Amino acid sequence: MIETLQHLPPAADSHGALAAQFTDLAPPLTSRQAAIEAARCLYCYDAPCMRACPTGIDVASFIRNIHDGNINGAAIGILKANIFGGSCARVCPTEILCEDACVRNHYAEREPVKIGLLQRHAVDNARFEGHPFARAPSTGKTIAVVGAGPAGLSCAHRLAMLGHDVVVFEAKPKAGGLNEYGIAKYKLPGDFAQQEVDFLLSIGGIDIQYGQALGDNLQLQDLHARFDAVFLGLGLGASRRLGLTGEDAPGLLAATDYIAALRQADDLSRLPVPRRAIVIGAGNTAIDMAVQLKRLGADEVTLVYRRGFDAMSATGHEIEIAKTNFVRIRTWASPLEVLFDGLGRVIGMRFEETRMDEGRLARTGAFIEIAADAVFKAIGQAMAPPSELDALAQELWRDGERIAVDGALRTRVPGIYAGGDCVALGQDLTVQAVQHGKLAALAIHNDILAGAAWPT
Amino acid sequence: MADLSIDFCGIKSPNPFWLASAPPTDKAYNVVRAFEAGWGGVVWKTLGEDPPAVNVSSRYSAHYGKNREVIGFNNIELITDRSLEINLREITAVKKAWPDRAMIVSLMLPCEEAPWAAILPLVEATGADGIELNFGCPHGMPERGMGAAVGQVPEYVQMVTAWCKKHTRLPVIVKLTPNITDVRAPARAALAGGADAVSLINTVNSITHLDLDRMVAFPAVGNASTHGGYCGSAVKPIALNMVAEIARDPVTAGLPISGIGGIGNWRDAAEFIALGAGSVQVCTAAMLHGFRIVEEMKDGLARWMDEKGYADIAAFSRKAVPNTTDWKYLDMNFQTIAHIDQDKCIGCGKCFVACEDTSHQAIAQRIMENGARRYEVIRDECVGCNLCEITCPVEACIAMVPQETGKPYMNWTQDPRNPRAESRADAAVGQTTAVIEPA
Repeated sequence: MIETLQHLPPAADSHGALAAQFTDLAPPLTSRQAAIEAARCLYCYDAPCMRACPTGIDVASFIRNIHDGNINGAAIGILKANIFGGSCARVCPTEILCEDACVRNHYAEREPVKIGLLQRHAVDNARFEGHPFARAPSTGKTIAVVGAGPAGLSCAHRLAMLGHDVVVFEAKPKAGGLNEYGIAKYKLPGDFAQQEVDFLLSIGGIDIQYGQALGDNLQLQDLHARFDAVFLGLGLGASRRLGLTGEDAPGLLAATDYIAALRQADDLSRLPVPRRAIVIGAGNTAIDMAVQLKRLGADEVTLVYRRGFDAMSATGHEIEIAKTNFVRIRTWASPLEVLFDGLGRVIGMRFEETRMDEGRLARTGAFIEIAADAVFKAIGQAMAPPSELDALAQELWRDGERIAVDGALRTRVPGIYAGGDCVALGQDLTVQAVQHGKLAALAIHNDILAGAAWPT
Repeated sequence: MADLSIDFCGIKSPNPFWLASAPPTDKAYNVVRAFEAGWGGVVWKTLGEDPPAVNVSSRYSAHYGKNREVIGFNNIELITDRSLEINLREITAVKKAWPDRAMIVSLMLPCEEAPWAAILPLVEATGADGIELNFGCPHGMPERGMGAAVGQVPEYVQMVTAWCKKHTRLPVIVKLTPNITDVRAPARAALAGGADAVSLINTVNSITHLDLDRMVAFPAVGNASTHGGYCGSAVKPIALNMVAEIARDPVTAGLPISGIGGIGNWRDAAEFIALGAGSVQVCTAAMLHGFRIVEEMKDGLARWMDEKGYADIAAFSRKAVPNTTDWKYLDMNFQTIAHIDQDKCIGCGKCFVACEDTSHQAIAQRIMENGARRYEVIRDECVGCNLCEITCPVEACIAMVPQETGKPYMNWTQDPRNPRAESRADAAVGQTTAVIEPA
């Protein structure tokens, strides 16, 4: 974990000064701003923004409710489609989803309605007496959910609504998954992630057991036997490796590990902060990592990607954030070798320049070296392999890197469902995971009501 | 630049923009500021008998649009609450200092001849250019037998107008209330009483909105409210119609009209003038934005007149009156069909759902391969109702295109589908009235 950086000096500033760097990237709208922005919504027919939302939030309807001063109604409209409406409003890449679909992007205007900020306004300002959704009469069924991330909790919440009882098994000491451990702190500051989990759980009927890891102290076979159904919302726990020598050397670690440590730190001034850093990758995690290092006081942060800007998976909006935080972006450079000092600690990296050659990435034979005290890998996440002892898990892991599911999130094993990043369906986005959880809950509910299709 | 000066029933004014009788013209301070800003004239806020009226608090309320812009405005103010002596002294001084500006004095008195006979010489002595009889105030004063209580009874209108003509040489403008079924009746009465002109509209009876917690309407005076007089942009369509009704009524066709009601910019003014107004009176727009808006109104009107080749106000005054007729004289053979400019269309689908849910199912939605929506008019189903054009948020994206039908002008009186078709002779009269010809 972050021990591999312990040789680096701690952040130069006080906790207070650093914490100020991790407040809201986009400040919330005032009521007046929300009213003005809501007035810009055209209330489109079969609105494209709604179709672009993986959870199908009726955007036109909730914006009209905001405009009409019905904030609770707006929030209910959002939450009934997406119980993580609050965090999705903050972390969703709206620029490639709802706001990209907004008809006001047309060339005559080029300015979409600020749907993300309006969604946040509604959810943050709603005031409910207790939980806004009632539970259906008990079905007497109990479902196991593995993983307390957005997919698992979304599934658990919907199952609870439908009258089932749920036991959630979580390996980490806190619920929330990516929202708690993996998102840049300035996107979900404070303890919003935990507040949202508390709100979601207040529906009742959901029991979370922590320190429970599949393949470790939890066997899928056992869950399958004990519960009426099982939902796997495992996420992608393992970071991909560069495949270079010295990958476990001091100064080299996965970006997600550092981000998790940053998010959990009580005192930011005690975090080891490299003076110069390299982040390898081109996704939003790479950007989150690079920008947070700058905000912690790193002098130079270079994001290195082996292809060009066009191929980066980070959105244009994210790349802009990197630029405004003075992150240097070096494209067309492929990792070749980690450079170490006499004590085996990272002092930089050697890259080979690349180019496109007839549609394929080719090496050029030209090399560059970038000096750095630390190198962070953000080249993607993978699913941790299951224990060899868990035969049922082996069965699910059989093809490829993700768990195979059908359109209703059913795995090949009857009674076991999976969703979120651990399945190949859709995009690796929080909002997508929430939708998977919701759909899986509906499938579980329907399958159970249709008669037990599997033995318990 | 075009000449904006007017001669309105003998009252000369450097431009047609007058401030209507209302709070902005209640005292010398405001009127001087208005004249400095360039207003062509004012109708001084209504004078009455002493002791002066007493007002309540609060007095104004508004009907808002989506962005809190004021669409309509309402008030429960009475006539001036300052003494007659002060008002007359200030009118005299202001007129003396601003001799080129129109100074009209609004009056409201009981329906007895003596008070009118007494006040008119005093008003004439101020040097004012004309008087306006306030037969329109819809709140407070009608309860005392004045304002709209007079304006709603044509016989009273005629009677009081006649008294005024008897007791003053000044031009008499009769201000009409819209709170009446047919505005032509009081207009004809005013003419019969000898009025030199009419002005309209006064405010419309209204309640703008409520405080749903306190269950009281606005403006709230403590825990109660009352209906107020509605004005501002929202009443413009009502005012335009009433102006046109009087302008095209053969009886009052020659009667000068001072147009009032929702005039906030040069275009509004041009519309009133084209439909029959010889001068325009503004109040709400000035109250919402200040007096300086007259600059843009004058500039915009003059530039538009230059573009169109109208040398002066008279050149386009009443030009739209002949094109305003009764429904029965409209061309039954005229046809338009909606056309959607696909380059401008943003794909919001508002036209589609409006037509689909509430009209003629004349717009088709097509989903393109890339998921984009394309909206197309089904020509055979389109009746040319304009709803799609109205719901479209993009200016000039949907146009109503006249169709070549090859059929001659035929109005309803001539239409074989009319089960109560009028005689040929009557139809012929109609044809001379209507000027709209097939495109």
